[in-house]
Amino acid sequence: MPEVPLLKLENVGKEYFGNRVLAKVDFSLNRGEILGLVGENGAGKSTLMNILFGMPVISGTGGYEGNIVLDGRVVRFNSPFDALEAGIGMVHQEFSLIPGFSAAENILLNREALNGSILELVFSERLNTLDRPAMRRRAARAIQTLGVDIGVDTIASEMPVGYKQFIEIAREIDRTRTRLLVLDEPTAVLTETEARILLDALRKLADGGISIIFISHRLQEVKSLCDKIVVLRDGNVIREESARSASIRDIAAWMVGRQVDDSRPPRTGKVSDEVALSVRNLWVDMPGETVRDATFDVHRGEIFGIGGLAGQGKLGIPNGIMGLSPSGGEVALFGKKIELDTPRKALDSGMAFVSEDRRGVGLLLSERIDWNIAFTGMQVQNRFLRGIPGLGNLVRIRDDAAIAEETERYIRALEIRCTGPGQRAVELSGGNQQKICLAKAFSMRPELLLICEPTRGIDVGARELVLNTLRRYNEEYGTTILITSSELEELRSVCDRVAIVGEGKIAGILPATSPAERFGLLMMGAVGDGDEAAQREAAGNA
Amino acid sequence: MLKKFIATAGWPRVIIGLFLFALFVAAPFVGVRISTSLSDTLVRFGMNGVMVLALIPMVQAGCGLNFGLPLGIIAGLLGATTSIELGVRGALGFAVAVGLSVPIAAVLGYGYGQLLNRVKGDEMMIATYVGFSSVAFMCMAWLLLPYKNPTMVWGYQGSGLRTTISVNEYWFHILSDFFSFKIGTFYFPTGMFLFFGFMSLLMWLFMKTKTGTAMTAVGSNPEFARASGVNVDRMRIVSVVLSTIFGAIGILVYQQSFGFIQLYMGPFYMALPAVAAILLGGASVNRATIFNVAVGTFLFQGILTMTPSVINSVLKTDMSEVIRIIVSNGMILYALTRKAQVKR
Ligand SMILES: Nc1ncnc2c1ncn2[C@@H]1O[C@H](COP(=O)(O)OP(=O)(O)OP(=O)(O)O)[C@@H](O)[C@H]1O
Ligand SMILES: [Mg+2]
Repeated sequence: MPEVPLLKLENVGKEYFGNRVLAKVDFSLNRGEILGLVGENGAGKSTLMNILFGMPVISGTGGYEGNIVLDGRVVRFNSPFDALEAGIGMVHQEFSLIPGFSAAENILLNREALNGSILELVFSERLNTLDRPAMRRRAARAIQTLGVDIGVDTIASEMPVGYKQFIEIAREIDRTRTRLLVLDEPTAVLTETEARILLDALRKLADGGISIIFISHRLQEVKSLCDKIVVLRDGNVIREESARSASIRDIAAWMVGRQVDDSRPPRTGKVSDEVALSVRNLWVDMPGETVRDATFDVHRGEIFGIGGLAGQGKLGIPNGIMGLSPSGGEVALFGKKIELDTPRKALDSGMAFVSEDRRGVGLLLSERIDWNIAFTGMQVQNRFLRGIPGLGNLVRIRDDAAIAEETERYIRALEIRCTGPGQRAVELSGGNQQKICLAKAFSMRPELLLICEPTRGIDVGARELVLNTLRRYNEEYGTTILITSSELEELRSVCDRVAIVGEGKIAGILPATSPAERFGLLMMGAVGDGDEAAQREAAGNA
Repeated sequence: MLKKFIATAGWPRVIIGLFLFALFVAAPFVGVRISTSLSDTLVRFGMNGVMVLALIPMVQAGCGLNFGLPLGIIAGLLGATTSIELGVRGALGFAVAVGLSVPIAAVLGYGYGQLLNRVKGDEMMIATYVGFSSVAFMCMAWLLLPYKNPTMVWGYQGSGLRTTISVNEYWFHILSDFFSFKIGTFYFPTGMFLFFGFMSLLMWLFMKTKTGTAMTAVGSNPEFARASGVNVDRMRIVSVVLSTIFGAIGILVYQQSFGFIQLYMGPFYMALPAVAAILLGGASVNRATIFNVAVGTFLFQGILTMTPSVINSVLKTDMSEVIRIIVSNGMILYALTRKAQVKR
């Protein structure tokens, strides 16, 4: 008799306000199996997982069609608690840690170890005190399973993003009942090294009998980790394939419905000798990404990359330059000194910024797409404003038509999947939200574009589109671009030079064409005790 | 079609709207004249509209519902009393009252805004205290301020302002009667509606300016606004100042229709009905539109007028004050418990 699969989806469908997102999704998952769920941005992956996990947004918008069969029984979860009860753990695309709580507290939230007391007998468990040492032990064990080294007492808001991701996963692991673990783009914020640690940990969990659904846009991870791959396109299962037999190129082609061309035309942009951005002894007090002493120059027309492991300070540099975190040192754009600590000064001097924190800083989630894109341009450059007929320019009000028009342009150029400029940003899929953030920065026509994690959560097709757009922008308008990314390969493929940050300092700057090993050495040096040679090289190159 | 209407209007409004309609239908059967009830409702709408409008900017800027509205009202009272003290009558007197209240409101609002910037996250609670304590403070001030006009001060003492001051000889109905008309017993206060329309237009235009847009963004996501070069604290102060100014003008509109200036504990009872009206109109703690204001004020004031008169006629006793208190507080409770629905 064949084994009953742990999970089986039968004809699952979903509509948001008349917009069909999932058609008839069918697939099954066995115990201890890892299923890779891939698909373009907006294909419906997160929606499918939200259905599985009983998220309120699903029932709040009319529920779903079809059946979810868990262990041979049809289930219909009304809330995430039901799903947890049934042994499903989920790590969402966006973080859900409590900022002020420590790693241990976050991991054990609601499942705290308790000291028994008399009060418990009289009232309920709720009056017991927490057994802190036990909690720390349990949290440490969960973290250890993942193969990373994070202090259990670190406060969530002070962790680098990569750590937060591990803590989210540790939380799901600690639940003893977890049978099915759903991970929605867990590696999007991790560097390759960190991602590998995570993948190894997941493999171990699966070997222990836990089934895993793994969503990622990094196809090589999907291929190396998963047993089975399910490809979604426009809400339909296009393909169900064993991971061994499918090549990465095939998967990409199934996802987007055409061959993905990842070759980039040769670089034609001219890098002048003139220094565009000069940074001297920059320090930035950004939680989890402290910069101690960074010094480097970026030339006009250059695409300059900043890489490094999570927590070493690579994200602190652009955030400090933009004045979003307390910072000091000397920053000058085209020889003009920029006052730090006030975003307005940086914006006025011709910079634009894409934050790594999409939901926190990057978007007005509850507002329209077109507001999101045009807002900064309106505030800083007085664009998208018009006079009132009859009053001349006495009072200038928002030019909604111009805003919508600008937005339409970017919706086409970046292939943003939405119902129109009036849709609210919160209703877009993660990758499409990312495109909105990029459009906002492009629309500013900046002299210097600072971009953090440009392709975070973006699918293979769109990734080429975004990287090529950056390139084209640089070449057509001569825009200087500073890209911060955890993906070294991405940096090497679009940048002219790449700086590696370690321990809050520039460990070294190399031409993007240098062999990968040399970058690897710089990164490792950053973890170890600071590589003297790399330091010298940095000084020489700058 | 019907479903769509209910979805856009929201259930609370449909229910209360139907209830109000039922009251109007029932009224003639119990001997309440529809024409008078309707004009009562409209008059009350006009009296309160601007004060409800005053809540919009702070809600949009993320400072929550302005429970500190009494502060703006106090500014309005100072303007009104000073104008009377100066002895200016008619339209000019009203204009002087407005002209004096606005700068006072701006100054008070500025300080109030500074305070709210220090207590981010707890605005509504602090606002309530600001409302309470400013009223208490003014209770002393009204006694001490050196006003002399005999229509205002206590006759036997010759100093200290009375609790209610008649504006009869000054600017009674100065807005209401502007182009007003009567059909039988139905009276329509055209001027007051024009004024409400004008103030709404101002608010609408303001919310569409660069500053207004920035304000909405600050309420929606302050971090986003900051990264876009907006001075978040300043925007919040602007919203508080604007709210306070509208509150001041709002009370003047109220007084010219009502005929009296109510001092001392008067402002105390003003914030809650305004808040209830805007919530009833479908606003939430972080999003409010002029449409919410208009619908909410009409429903709230409509029920407040109709319920007591209909019930009185049925019971044949005068319990209007009791019923009014029960109904208004009931509706406030109802409005506050309605979780704001995210509308598309
Ligand atoms: N709350 C919502 N209201 C309306 N539409 C929504 C909502 N949430 C998602 N959608 C729509 O559903 C579609 C699928 O979104 P979903 O988030 O599932 O995509 P995804 O496959 O996870 O994409 P990504 O790779 O970008 O994260 C999108 O077109 C999106 O606009
Ligand atoms: Mg998603």
